[in-house]
Amino acid sequence: MSDVQTYAPGTHPDLPPPPNEVGVLAWLRQNLFSNWVNAGLTLASLALIIVIVPPLLSWFVFDAVFSGENRQACEGAGGACWAVVTARWNQFFYGLYPSDQTWRLNVVFVGLLLAVTPWLAPQAPFRRALVWFSLAYPFLAYWLLAGGLSLEPVHTGAWGGFTLTLVIGVTGIAASLPLGILLALGRQSSLPVVSMLCVAFIETVRGVPLIMFLFMASNMLNLFLPQGVQFDLLLRALIAVTLFSSAYMAEVVRGGLQAISSGQYEAAQAMGLTYWQSMRHIILPQALRTVIPGIVNNFIALFKDTSLVAIIGLFDLLNMAKAIVTDADWQGLSIEVYVFAGIVYWIVCFSMSRYSLWLEGSLDAENKDAA
Amino acid sequence: MGSETGAINDKAPAIKMVGVHKWFGQFHVLKDINLEVEPAERIVICGPSGSGKSTLIRCINRLETHQQGQIFVEGVELTEDVKRIHTIRREVGMVFQHFNLFPHLTALENCTLALTRVRKMPKAEADKIGMEYLEMVRIPEQAQKYPGQLSGGQQQRVAIARALAMKPHIMLFDEPTSALDPEMIAEVLDVMVDLAESGMTMLVVTHEMGFAKQVANRMVFMDGGEIIEQAPPSEFFENPKNERTKLFLSQILNH
Repeated sequence: MSDVQTYAPGTHPDLPPPPNEVGVLAWLRQNLFSNWVNAGLTLASLALIIVIVPPLLSWFVFDAVFSGENRQACEGAGGACWAVVTARWNQFFYGLYPSDQTWRLNVVFVGLLLAVTPWLAPQAPFRRALVWFSLAYPFLAYWLLAGGLSLEPVHTGAWGGFTLTLVIGVTGIAASLPLGILLALGRQSSLPVVSMLCVAFIETVRGVPLIMFLFMASNMLNLFLPQGVQFDLLLRALIAVTLFSSAYMAEVVRGGLQAISSGQYEAAQAMGLTYWQSMRHIILPQALRTVIPGIVNNFIALFKDTSLVAIIGLFDLLNMAKAIVTDADWQGLSIEVYVFAGIVYWIVCFSMSRYSLWLEGSLDAENKDAA
Repeated sequence: MGSETGAINDKAPAIKMVGVHKWFGQFHVLKDINLEVEPAERIVICGPSGSGKSTLIRCINRLETHQQGQIFVEGVELTEDVKRIHTIRREVGMVFQHFNLFPHLTALENCTLALTRVRKMPKAEADKIGMEYLEMVRIPEQAQKYPGQLSGGQQQRVAIARALAMKPHIMLFDEPTSALDPEMIAEVLDVMVDLAESGMTMLVVTHEMGFAKQVANRMVFMDGGEIIEQAPPSEFFENPKNERTKLFLSQILNH
């Protein structure tokens, strides 16, 4: 007790914490070696990493072959044959698009990045101009992709690879959110006809597999259309994917709407806001905010579901990969090809997931403890 | 009586309710309500819980619809007509028990939203008016904060500023201090006293009898969906006529 200093009331200074409570060693002790079980698990995990990671790395990188004309380039190599990816890079990304026209797709990609900026990062500079650009973007992108008006026309049958996946994914995402919101609002409508129609649509679509929709879109539609009317296969797939996803989106949004207290509706009404004004400025901003994880979850699911269009004969990224696997020059490289396609899907989906986490975080910071 | 043009007439009684009835399902919540409120009059409505007082004032801006009788606000009869409802809501401000601020908007944005969207005012002008009213309720320094960052008393004052920013002729208060911690009640009541002194037409549902004695021109006592007794505060508190009024006053005053 003798070395404990005492202070008169009101004069106690701030003292540093004990040394064994801070620093790297303290962190290790608290997090990895807090008890015998924990220490054992730490060591076991370490052993597992040592066993798995080096062989994986040498297969992926150190023993891999990155360039070559065909399968022979990889002969004798112990690792992956990425030469197939570099050799077929254009097919992975541009499908069967005429190779002298692929610059148009590059412009579409860059344009897409610009077009999503004002929605993803509302603080971005030149927001007004970017919003106008993103409203014009769908038309611009369609013109670049399909051609016409002094550009060489390219039929949608030639669109493929990652480009096609992106076209279906982005269109589906951009169209299914507003459609889902309208369906969710319609479901809550006080007009019985509107709400019944919305419920019927949502429940019908949710009860049926997407593949069946795609089959119907590719085969059955012809039965209903008059003889000779051509209806683009890609357009049918887009409509099927969008409608399918919007039904799920509607249910996610409905969850958000139910989280809003009736007091918010009443306050908006009492101020004289119209129905659409109160939805636009009061209800939806709050409702959508609470269901960001669910919305992004739907986006991710939709993006991966685009691979189902392969079964109606569209050459999206996955179907293109399948075609490359069967190529005589590159036979037996299915692992490399599918792993690469998987990585591309993963990068897009993981980015969406990280973005949604960031968005939640930044909105929370904006009004922390919001009641 | 009511103009059929649907135009506001500020010479008419501020509010006139004639034989108003309302039911929630089978439950008869308002029974033959007749009430006339002159401009600049300040009415305090009290009564036991479930007596229909909140429902009564919520009928005035049609948050609830009445099923029989007529309600006129500044000469305009409330009907199904959406245009009329919006006209009336622009003239009638409301303050709620649970504030009902918009949590995703700052205090100032809460005050300016209706100005820019309903009155179609440019943002700069709306901001100026919003700040004026935040000053009036004595919290201009909180303008950029979100409701979640404010105390209950501050939130309710923002809610009052939000309603006042629309420059309504009539203000409805639905138990504005019932959800507040005791030490915050005074700051809200002070603002309401200021407002009363400025000549605003006010209908206040409250149990704050001190406030009622100070500002009310008339007390309205409700029980079981009926208006039991109406009187100036001096008479109401000193010499209540009805047995139920006496019982109610003894219950809330003898502590």
